[in-house]
Amino acid sequence: MKRILKKIGSFIQKFYIVFLLILLYLPTAVLMMMSFNKNTESFEWTGFSIEKYKMLFENEDILEAVGVTIGIGLLSALISTVLGTLACIGIIAMGRKLQKLIKTATNIPMLNADIVTAIAFMLFFVRFFGGLGTHTVLIAHITLTLPYVILNVLPKITQFDYKIYEAALDLGATSFQAFRKVMLPDIMPGVITGFIFAATLSFNDFTLTYFTKPAGFETISTKIYSAVRTKGIRPEHYALASILFVVVLLILFAVNYKGNKNERKKA
Amino acid sequence: MKIKLSKKWLASPYVIWMIGFIILPLITIFIYGFTVSKTDSSFTLDNIINAAKDEVNLKAMGLSLLISLISTVICFLLAYPLAMCLNNLKMKRKTFVVFLFILPMWLNFTLQMTAINAILEQEGILNLILTKLGMDPLHIANTPYAIVIGMILDYFPFMLLPIYNVISRIDHRLIEASRDLGANNFKTFFKIIFPLSLPGVISGVTMVFVPAISDFAIAEILGGGRLLLVGNIIEQDFKLGKYNTGSGLALILMAFVLITMALTSGKSDKEGGSML
Repeated sequence: MKRILKKIGSFIQKFYIVFLLILLYLPTAVLMMMSFNKNTESFEWTGFSIEKYKMLFENEDILEAVGVTIGIGLLSALISTVLGTLACIGIIAMGRKLQKLIKTATNIPMLNADIVTAIAFMLFFVRFFGGLGTHTVLIAHITLTLPYVILNVLPKITQFDYKIYEAALDLGATSFQAFRKVMLPDIMPGVITGFIFAATLSFNDFTLTYFTKPAGFETISTKIYSAVRTKGIRPEHYALASILFVVVLLILFAVNYKGNKNERKKA
Repeated sequence: MKIKLSKKWLASPYVIWMIGFIILPLITIFIYGFTVSKTDSSFTLDNIINAAKDEVNLKAMGLSLLISLISTVICFLLAYPLAMCLNNLKMKRKTFVVFLFILPMWLNFTLQMTAINAILEQEGILNLILTKLGMDPLHIANTPYAIVIGMILDYFPFMLLPIYNVISRIDHRLIEASRDLGANNFKTFFKIIFPLSLPGVISGVTMVFVPAISDFAIAEILGGGRLLLVGNIIEQDFKLGKYNTGSGLALILMAFVLITMALTSGKSDKEGGSML
């Protein structure tokens, strides 16, 4: 009796997991299915076709937005990874009180409502920076992603054994050499995860970009938002969503696989 | 921890960046919120008072509060049992299934909302299926229900992740001890598991409630532009150039967020968001 009850319990649990997974992936599944639907007017299935992918690659506006998104994402992630990693080395060397103060300030953009951060930027840029431009979007994205870089790099630097670094100095390395050859390889997994985290956040950001962008500047998110608001979903959007899903899936698989490998090495 | 080399100065670019781009912009909101206009910089409380008195704003605040509370509660009710189910899975499968639940966090949310709209709208997929089955179509699009559905789908991983992290770290011996001492499953849950998971719950609630109450894009896409949340009014004010009025309302929203933070700070799970 007890064993049967246990089996039923285990079945219900698995059923619940699968049920929620289906709900969670329903929008993605719909987008992917519709991306291969021949019908561009309604949702009725009229046959398989890759017409929507062709339309996507002929739509220069969307392709340009994709280019801008990738450019801003990679550049802001690069800058915030460098700034964040340097900051982590510095934070570790600080006293307790100062450390706590900086960590608290670091959390502000993570915890504050996105729209408040976004309009704060907008007002600040308009009033003191002479208006909005590509650089204001870049600054906003760097500020948004910095806390996440620090979140990923700080634990690695805390774990790092500074004695090895000092040994390198004793053996005649300059502090830059010691950093590059000894410290950096050790904290690299955290730095890479931080970079990918930052780039993905930037790729997906909507609110900050929406308020800090100049007219005519579009990322994927703002482009789709304005298109959907005026004309509803376009055939190209299905194809774009499907491609983006596969890209995100591959990136996350790569990160997780790498993470597991590193942990296994340590064990 | 003793570190001989003083590398403090390496953090200085970051500290300057934070002061320049976090603290100063926030101060700018306060300047706008408490002054009359761009040209007349005399102090006033009118922006705040009018924002809190305006009938449209009050209605929007009520709707925002209602929708975000409902979304948060449903997210919690769905996520908590799920976190426990996930924790019961065998180790090998566990990592992969948790990964599947976290992945939607990294998908482009405007596209996700667009997809939900495609399912729910009047001539959308749901109604297409219902009509084929001979049933009456549902009118969900452009109602608060659509916004709640969108929020739940978008924010669900943010509720699940911190709760799961805390539950998976609970020492199994505590649960066994509770059983050995004669507590039944029900009692073990309410006396041991739930209190220990509270930091994760609080983290999750904050991570869903704060973006939900300040949202404007989900409401715009799924509400068809007819339903106004606080975020939508702020957005409209700024697009129309009414910076001072908009800042007043934004300060009220910030106060809401700060109150939420104050109620939960110190109790939330600090490591909650650190997993990819």
